[in-house]
Amino acid sequence: MITRREKAVNYAVLWLFAALSVFPLAGVAVSALSGGSTGSATFSWPDSLHWSNFAEAWSRGHFSHYLLASAVVAVSTVLLSSVLGILAGFAFAAFDFPGRSALFYLMLIGLMVPEEAFVIPLYFDLRNDGLTDTYAALILPQVAQSLGFAVFWLRNAFRAVPRSVVEAARIDGAGDWRVLWRILVPTTRPALTTLAMLVFMWTWNAFLIPLVMVQSEDLRTAPLGLAFFQGAHTTQFSLLAAAAIIVALPVVLLYLFLQRHFINGMLAGAVKE
Amino acid sequence: MTLVTPGTGGRAGARQAGGGAPAPARPGRSRLRRVPWRAYLYLLPALAVVAVLLLVPLGQAVQISLYRWDGLSPSTWAGFGDYLDLGRDPVLRSGFLHALVLIGFYAVIPVGVALVLAGAMTRAARLRGATVLRVLLFLPQVVATVVVATAWTAVYAPDGVLNSVLDAVGLHAVTRPWLGDFSTALPAVGLIGSWLELGLCLVLFLAGIGQIPRELYEAAKVDGAGAVREFFAVTLPGLRGQIAVALTLTVIAALKAFDLVYVATRGGPGNATAVPSYEIYDRAFNTGQVGDACALGVVMTLLILGVTVLIARLQPKEDDRA
Repeated sequence: MITRREKAVNYAVLWLFAALSVFPLAGVAVSALSGGSTGSATFSWPDSLHWSNFAEAWSRGHFSHYLLASAVVAVSTVLLSSVLGILAGFAFAAFDFPGRSALFYLMLIGLMVPEEAFVIPLYFDLRNDGLTDTYAALILPQVAQSLGFAVFWLRNAFRAVPRSVVEAARIDGAGDWRVLWRILVPTTRPALTTLAMLVFMWTWNAFLIPLVMVQSEDLRTAPLGLAFFQGAHTTQFSLLAAAAIIVALPVVLLYLFLQRHFINGMLAGAVKE
Repeated sequence: MTLVTPGTGGRAGARQAGGGAPAPARPGRSRLRRVPWRAYLYLLPALAVVAVLLLVPLGQAVQISLYRWDGLSPSTWAGFGDYLDLGRDPVLRSGFLHALVLIGFYAVIPVGVALVLAGAMTRAARLRGATVLRVLLFLPQVVATVVVATAWTAVYAPDGVLNSVLDAVGLHAVTRPWLGDFSTALPAVGLIGSWLELGLCLVLFLAGIGQIPRELYEAAKVDGAGAVREFFAVTLPGLRGQIAVALTLTVIAALKAFDLVYVATRGGPGNATAVPSYEIYDRAFNTGQVGDACALGVVMTLLILGVTVLIARLQPKEDDRA
């Protein structure tokens, strides 16, 4: 019912667009290994593999500082929003209490409101408390933004756990706390992995909040460091490309290993937005 | 899919947790269930974080938007003056126009192209290598925008890939610094958006087509429908939910194009790529127009909420799928 030619065209078109999706990024990866004379601001093909670009970008661009800051911020944000999300998701999934609907929608506001809208007052608030230029100013706003998705996602995951499993635990005398941590959390591990991956990616790639909240170079996250590095090295693309690869690699590696979590989570999460 | 009302479907959970007390439920007493106060304890930490770091600042943004304030000296009451400024300011007026152009590039083009491609592929049975294709098409979504901007500045550079290709095919006359040229900077930024979102739309639509019952296509064929009729009668209605999702995501991405504009053009040349999300940052932190910036933030929030609600009406009525 489908001709061979039609099939071949389908494949060709899909692979063409897949290639287009990768091309600019592949160009960066290839340029990162090229000798790239100073003065070139574009992709270049390596005559031999110049791994030294990475070492040079790493030391000249202080990327060890930036990656450390990014890792601290992203991991803390993942841990905090997971734990707070688990507790709040449990509250919404397991209890019927006055104000439940209203509070639920209130939690979801973070899914809808652009950070541009609240980052200005937040900056002045945190500055008054002496918190700008600290890890707290990088982590806490990201946690607040991630919680909308986390609560929504985990409430649904907890609800999908079969009642019989929970009731069996209840009969064995398990209280709320035990049911949550011994039954619900272990059985919803895949949903938790997806959540952790997405929050990690969002936080790692975040730009506006780090840009506004920190001045100190030691607290610059990796994308912020790259933006500053770009300003200073516009004419040596091989070096800039190596820096860009360093910044993108942690998330891209996670994505390649756990692509199903990323794609399904982003699409499912998006559906709810 | 709109948000699932929290009141539905939670019964099971509510009952099992309410039964934490060992007392056997007596008939007729269930309506007098005690309020489970511990629920608020579970909720409290998350609610506190969201309230202090998101809801309160959001309220403050509304408040500041009613004052004239440069971020340093005392503020003066302006009522809706800042909002009127937004309409009078030529840079902002063109900024909104630019945002509209970006919506075209971020949302209309990728959704349109992906629909045509997906429509052409409805009859492809199972794609071999589908996973690899999905991973590649989706890749732009997971790469930091700063990295994306870095890659594309190399494409658009004066000695960049695009100009080399144009030179090679004898179109030297059209070569230019694409991001530095007044007439091409905005479309150049827009095309990066099309590139960003196309894969997302394709992945969504291909998944959606997999869920359309095969019988519908067979029925269309029996009725003698050609490829075009089939597209409008079966594929397009079948993808309504996915189209709504794709539009919501891409329109919001277009409105929030801050990272890309900041790294690729800083709103320039001149104000050629100034968009509201960039102006918010620039006015609040560079030019000391904090009141205006907050008003703009409020407007942007309302726009995003409006777009979301509007597009949600496109979606098929939600059944018990959730």
